[in-house]
Amino acid sequence: MRRPVAVRVVGPVQWIVIPALVTVAVTILLATPVELFGLNLPEPVLPMVLAFSWPLIRPSITAPLVLTGLGLLLDVLTYGPLGLWALALLGIYGVVLASRSFLIGQDTAVLFVWYAACCALAFLLVYLVRMIIDHNAASILALIGQVVPTLLLFPFANHMIERFEDGDVRFR
Amino acid sequence: MAFRDGPFENIKVPLVWTAAVTVVVAAIGCILLLISDARAQTSPYQPVRSGVEAVAGPVGGIFAAPVRWFGHASDYVGGYFFAVSENRRLKRELAELQPWRDQAIALKNVNARYETMLGIRPEPPVAMQTARSILDTRGPFSRARLLDTGSANGVKVGNPVINEHGLVGRIVGTSSGISRMLLVTDVASQIPVLVDRTDARAILKGDGSDNPRLEFMRGVGSVQVGDRILSSGDGGGFPRGVPIGVAARGIDGSWRVKLFSDRGAIDFVRVMLFEDFGQLIGREDLNAPPLAALGTLSEATPEQASAITDSAARRDAARVQAEQRRADTAAATAAEAARPRPTAPAPVPAPVPAPAAAPPPGGTE
Repeated sequence: MRRPVAVRVVGPVQWIVIPALVTVAVTILLATPVELFGLNLPEPVLPMVLAFSWPLIRPSITAPLVLTGLGLLLDVLTYGPLGLWALALLGIYGVVLASRSFLIGQDTAVLFVWYAACCALAFLLVYLVRMIIDHNAASILALIGQVVPTLLLFPFANHMIERFEDGDVRFR
Repeated sequence: MAFRDGPFENIKVPLVWTAAVTVVVAAIGCILLLISDARAQTSPYQPVRSGVEAVAGPVGGIFAAPVRWFGHASDYVGGYFFAVSENRRLKRELAELQPWRDQAIALKNVNARYETMLGIRPEPPVAMQTARSILDTRGPFSRARLLDTGSANGVKVGNPVINEHGLVGRIVGTSSGISRMLLVTDVASQIPVLVDRTDARAILKGDGSDNPRLEFMRGVGSVQVGDRILSSGDGGGFPRGVPIGVAARGIDGSWRVKLFSDRGAIDFVRVMLFEDFGQLIGREDLNAPPLAALGTLSEATPEQASAITDSAARRDAARVQAEQRRADTAAATAAEAARPRPTAPAPVPAPVPAPAAAPPPGGTE
């Protein structure tokens, strides 16, 4: 008699819902107003990791909607105009979705370059829109202070891609 | 007839296309949201923001608790190891500050007497509401915090917020128990300020960095490195004289302000329940014509009138005496100059005492 083989089901809960909830929790945790040894906690834009990795894992209808929700939450938490961060995240998702056939199976270095380019595009969009709305340009040094921690999150995006990319053979 | 039994049963749309359509629809929705939304209290989505903040605030407070405990523990350990050096530093500061304290008390006394003599109505004390910062957003596009006090405690949009060092920001949104504070470093923050040394006016504009810019500065040399920057109170949004920081040159050559509030962590803050000048003076008083208060002055009593008359009469008599004395002195000087001088050298006469100096016009009483 053959022993039953446990089949691991990788559904939207595993690669969309749980990472989204973790992102919300970590975002709120990093927003803690404390100074340790005279330094504030870093505040990267965590949903950019999801916006980059989700379209590479598999195309989905749910993912852009969840990404929109995350962006709106980010807008509320950062007291920004509603829809701005959501638009930036959807921009990343759209660009990666369009270049998905090129990026699948590429080396990690290529993925990082693409991730950096997408982040730069999103930050540029937010920078320009905020400059128009506020009639005031944000400090470039402060901008670098947020871009760099966001770029340092690439290993998490890479881990998600490696972890879930082969989860469903229908999308290979 | 079910959908799959119809003529579309064999149509298969690639998942990439459905995802792309979703992205486009969501992006259009975001653009419409972005256009319709405006910041601050004019935003039509302010209730939604307040609702999310009312939930996120306590959650952030729970997340923050362990980090706060760790911070307090590190402070405790640091205080234990550096107690001796800190004690010496505090003693030295105390010795330096004691003369300043005595001087401040004396100046306060003199200032109060001047205000009484001149009839100045000083600004009334502003009520305060202590709050704790529970959620913080940093970054280039947003410098704001959530406070654990709200409209239930009298906090309103526009209230300035200070800590023990100086101005921190202002309230831009409130719910019953949570309020949103926009820091002076936010890109949307613009505050009218003055330079304490020259009384020059400027606008303090945040740009997401730690040191906001000084813009629209008038005059050459009106600000120097190290000048204290205070709120000017222009426009009525902030009370005058709240300390903000000191002027410094940025690496881009622009004038910037090193904030006093950066001297310590912004943890506990005080919300000044100050709205505008309307609460300091009645609207009718602001609209009254100049010197309108003279009409409300009561008539002088007979004693006051006689004292005033007596004082004026004595002043006139003293003035007449002073003029007479000045005329006599001038006549004596002219007669001395008209006398012929001897040609032969004469012995030096003894010094003649100079005439008494004329009293100042108006005389003395």
